[in-house]
Amino acid sequence: MFQRRIERTADGEIRLHLVDEERALIREIAEELGSLLDESPDDPSLRRLFPPAHEDEELEREYRDLTGGQLAAGRERSIEVLRDSAGQAVLTQEDADAWLRAINDARLVLGTRLDITEDFDWDAFDASDPRAPELALYAYLSWLQEQLVEAI
Amino acid sequence: MSTTLAPAEVEVEEPLDAEVPEHDRPWVVIVWNDPINLMSYVTLVFQKLFGYTLEHATKLMLQVHHEGKSVVSSGNREKAELDVARLHAYGLWATMQRD
Repeated sequence: MFQRRIERTADGEIRLHLVDEERALIREIAEELGSLLDESPDDPSLRRLFPPAHEDEELEREYRDLTGGQLAAGRERSIEVLRDSAGQAVLTQEDADAWLRAINDARLVLGTRLDITEDFDWDAFDASDPRAPELALYAYLSWLQEQLVEAI
Repeated sequence: MSTTLAPAEVEVEEPLDAEVPEHDRPWVVIVWNDPINLMSYVTLVFQKLFGYTLEHATKLMLQVHHEGKSVVSSGNREKAELDVARLHAYGLWATMQRD
C-alpha cells in the first residue's frame, strides 16, 4: 500500500508528503503545461480545456470573446501556483484549489493525448508500450488528485 | 448565484412551452460525461460552484456518469454563461441551450 501524499490534518491544514522527485516532477509538469498553453494554444491535446459552450457559431464566438481571456488567465495562474508551491509542506485552501485545477488540466491534456476511454483497461498496462511513461504519469496524477479531492 | 439545496427549477406559474416566446425561455447548463474527469472531482466541483449538498452533487454526477449528461443549473443567458465558464475553468465538459 502506498503512503498518502496529500492529507488534511486534524487542524484543517492540507499537508503534502511528497518526496523530492515527486516535487520536481510536479514542477516539471506545471512548466510543460504552462509553455504548451503559452506557445501552442491550438495544440489538439488542449481541446478538452476549451470546450464549446454553444452549438450556434455566433453565440459561441460571443462566449469566447466574453470569457476566453479570463479562462486562459485563470489557467495560467493555477499552473503557476502549482509550480511555485510544489516545494511547500502545507497548502492553503486557495493553493489547494489551484492544484486541483492545474492537475486536472494536466490529466485532461495527457488523457486526450493518450485517447483514454471509459473502459480503458489498466490491467493490460504493458511497460514496453511506447505510451507507458505517459500512462504512468496519468495514473500518478489521477491518484494524487483523488487524494486532493478527499483532503479538500 | 443560487446556493440553496433546491433543484434549479423555480416554481412559478408556467404557461405551456408553446406560449413562451423563445427569448423568454430560460437556458439550461448541461454537463456531459467524459472518461477523464474523476467522479469524486466532478462531485466536488458541483458542491463548490453551486453550493449543492454532497447528496445532491453526487446525484447529478451519477446522472452524468450513467445517462451521459445532466442539467446542473439554469437561468437567463448571462447566468448560464457564467456557470458554463466556471465549469470550464474546472475542466468540465459543459454546454448550454434553451430549455
